Amino acid sequence: MADLVIEFVSEEIPARMQAGAGRDLARLIETALATLGVWHDNSVATGLCAPRHLLAYVTNIATSQPDRIIEKRGPRVDAPEAAIAGFLKSTGVSREELVEEDTPKGRFLFARSEITGGDTAALLAPIIIDILTHFPWPKSQRWGRGKFRWVRPLHRINILFDGKPLAGALDLGGGDAITFGATSCGHYFEAPDDIDLAGVRNLDDVKARLRAGYVMLDQDERHDAIISEAKKLAASQSCHLNEVQLGNYLADIAGLVEWPTPLMGQIEDRFMVLPPELLQATIATHQKYITLSDADGKFSSNFIVLSNRLGDAVRDKVIIAGNQRVLRARLADAEFFWQQDQARQLESYLPALGDVTFYEGLGSIHDKAIRIEKLASAIAPHMPSANPKAASRAARLAKADLVTGMVVEFPELQGIMGGYYAAASGEDKAVCDAITAHYRPQGPADDLPATPEAMVVALADKIDTLVGFFGIDAKPTGSKDPFALRRAALGVIRIIVDGQLTIPLGKILQVSTSGYGFAKVDADLLPFIRDRLRGYLRDQKMRHDVVAAALADDDGDDIYLMATRASALAGFLAAADGTGLMAGWRRVSSILAAEEKKAKTTFAATSDPALFTEAEKALFDPLSTMAVNQDNIELQLAALGALRSPIDLFFEKIVVNDDDPAIRLNRLGLLAMIREKMLAVADFTKIEG
Amino acid sequence: MPTSQSDEIRTDFQSIILNLQRHWAKQGAVVLQPYDMEVGAGTFHPATTLRALGPDDIWRAAYVQPSRRPSDGRYGENPNRMQHFYQFQVIFKPSPAESQALYLDSLKAIGLDPDKHDIRFVEDDWESPTLGAWGLGWEVWCDGMEISQFTYFQQVGGIECNPVPLELTYGLERLAMYIQGVENVYDLDWDGVPAAEGGKTYGDIFKRAEVEFSGWNFEHADTDMLLGHFRDAEMECGRLLVLETPLVLPAYDQCMKASHLFNMLDARGVISVTERAAYIGRVRNLAKGCCEAWMGMTETTTNG
Repeated sequence: MADLVIEFVSEEIPARMQAGAGRDLARLIETALATLGVWHDNSVATGLCAPRHLLAYVTNIATSQPDRIIEKRGPRVDAPEAAIAGFLKSTGVSREELVEEDTPKGRFLFARSEITGGDTAALLAPIIIDILTHFPWPKSQRWGRGKFRWVRPLHRINILFDGKPLAGALDLGGGDAITFGATSCGHYFEAPDDIDLAGVRNLDDVKARLRAGYVMLDQDERHDAIISEAKKLAASQSCHLNEVQLGNYLADIAGLVEWPTPLMGQIEDRFMVLPPELLQATIATHQKYITLSDADGKFSSNFIVLSNRLGDAVRDKVIIAGNQRVLRARLADAEFFWQQDQARQLESYLPALGDVTFYEGLGSIHDKAIRIEKLASAIAPHMPSANPKAASRAARLAKADLVTGMVVEFPELQGIMGGYYAAASGEDKAVCDAITAHYRPQGPADDLPATPEAMVVALADKIDTLVGFFGIDAKPTGSKDPFALRRAALGVIRIIVDGQLTIPLGKILQVSTSGYGFAKVDADLLPFIRDRLRGYLRDQKMRHDVVAAALADDDGDDIYLMATRASALAGFLAAADGTGLMAGWRRVSSILAAEEKKAKTTFAATSDPALFTEAEKALFDPLSTMAVNQDNIELQLAALGALRSPIDLFFEKIVVNDDDPAIRLNRLGLLAMIREKMLAVADFTKIEG
Repeated sequence: MPTSQSDEIRTDFQSIILNLQRHWAKQGAVVLQPYDMEVGAGTFHPATTLRALGPDDIWRAAYVQPSRRPSDGRYGENPNRMQHFYQFQVIFKPSPAESQALYLDSLKAIGLDPDKHDIRFVEDDWESPTLGAWGLGWEVWCDGMEISQFTYFQQVGGIECNPVPLELTYGLERLAMYIQGVENVYDLDWDGVPAAEGGKTYGDIFKRAEVEFSGWNFEHADTDMLLGHFRDAEMECGRLLVLETPLVLPAYDQCMKASHLFNMLDARGVISVTERAAYIGRVRNLAKGCCEAWMGMTETTTNG
């Protein structure tokens, strides 16, 4: 058993590709070694990537391939001599060495040769060349005179097997080659000298040698170092990291440093009046600095920049000053837009929305604003405690910020800037809050709009988008959903379900459809929304079959009712009455199925009390008096739950297959009554198990 | 602000240019003068576009190129953006094995010692839709600020580059602002001569031009005339390329003209979003035609 080290040293690998490159290298070398037959049960391949180093460390590889016997079938025993001679020639085996064997197709000649497994060391170079040649970089390039492609120019290939350098070379084409070596290198500026890898004993040893050259090879280690060092630095100013946001770009910044050194910078006071969302967007999203919150949870004027240098008092000051300077220019731009945009009333931006196309065939954003204003008035009456005027006003203004300088520059601040600008224009708080939140939820994990008016505008905006794209037949297909219509539908569902809203969705879709001037609501739209509801319920860990049973009725547009039915049914089936009832249901339906198949008929759900015994009467009474309350699933399920013991009693005391055909039929009719009542509540045939 | 420079390295704008020229001359580059036409970037200079393809197997050049981006004009009011600025352009074909080191040495030559800063190579793939060109590389950061573009050309005019050239582009104003510690481009010291002795700042030389050209670019340029010029340039370029012996360099001049006229039309706001792609496609066709003819011409020259 021996370990293998593969290291490729190149110019800077894009940060976004590093994690994938590490995984790919480990996977490829594992596959290649397995193909050679030298991968072992306890072999482990680890791939690591830093900006200029891509490395795989593989443990416990067999030092030689196992010996193998190769058997090759030749001609039949009675084949002409010429055929046998040809076979001998092709296999290089002598006539005496051939073996005869019976096969289902007759007696054949076989050539057996024993292949001695090769030394692993001698087999490695070609597989490494193969990995280099076919490495799945998202983008690759040539350089110099070469034909070989890599993510950026490749400078060193270091291969060590059992601690010893392995001979080999990669032909780059154009007369250039890279000879395999065993010499890595340290940090570009801090320790550019060679690092000898000869005699490495394990992965920790490799990491330690590189660490001595100020290269943190392991991306996870860099992440941890950044977080822990940045936390310490933040704490020194009584601040803490905005860790949730940092999670979005930590890999990006960790992929730009071989040796991260966090340094503390300062945002100028004059910029601290800018909205925190704007500060966050400028500082974190665009500059990739780490933002902080102070002890009160407020956006801090301190920020952290990562340097790729060792700490040095003089140089650190220069680096901080330089980064602050860049940030100052960025924030000055943002400040300019902030002031410029607010010099006008938000409403005055509306006409300019006419020049922005929503989508070809769906008019301008201005058209959309007019449509969602109307739609908001149609939705608002169904939204408890919503102020309809505020909701319409918010809908009208919701898109105005799209043509402000700020949102053109920072598209991710849409809505948020609109809210601030509405406030500056003297709009009511309800209007401002609705504008701010109307894009929510932007994904399954995003918060929902919190105020009633925001919910109205959010619904109107999403429904308008759905109706529009369905109207021009730009529906999602398979994995393709370029207009994020699934997300829009899911947003509608979450708002309705979470808000417990009873909304006549069909009518609202109709209003929206006429707003576009389309003839009628697209027939696929409501089924699409119901389908997203099923998906949503399954995502809430609800059983697949329970969802199917509860939503079997496919004509409804009352999303909240459907969701309520599903969760009530799920609750019912998980409780004792439900499981008990289901046991009875399975007997009822299997008896009915068998008998109806025999009789080639469907039994009517009627039963004559005159023929009843006690147990039958005990079942018939609740069945016949059961009220069908379509709207209250809880009551319906409670009534079904009450059937559990009469059904159990029925099966305990009664044999359905009575000799008297009249009694038998009467009993089957009683079972058919159970079926009818149960199916009126949910499609229990869908329930599995 | 603290900057780091050894005493003998002058940091006025013209000295930065001189030092870069001297540095790259020492590396074996031919030092050229700016191309005498309006272009949007130093890449358009035939010394880059055409020479990246052929005929020389080895081609090393360095030059300053004034760049015009009509839409970036701000009437001289923005401290960082101008419709006319300078790029220092280096092209080395084939790209040397020690490309990064050569570049970092050039920073030393202008008083920016990499050891005293935090220099980073950050992914930034380059693409010029109008030239049908692309390459991979980085933007180079110095203490968080982008100071150069560093690109390994892969294709120009839709043709594979072989060998692969290295292209370096220094944004001279931004670089000089950082080295001089100046916050406003118009405050840049141009000549190192004290104001009292008649020394000039960048603003002394260019501010009025920024104000006037912004006015022309955005408000006054005659769009019918620009459209006519664009069509003329396009037609002339096409005509020169189909001559029995194509006149590639004059044709390429017309291609550059068309590209700049498109930028002017864009700044005047007369090109809609849908038309934009079509215009870019038209310029790209010219560039492609020139590059192909350039390569064809190379063949006949070497064969004959």
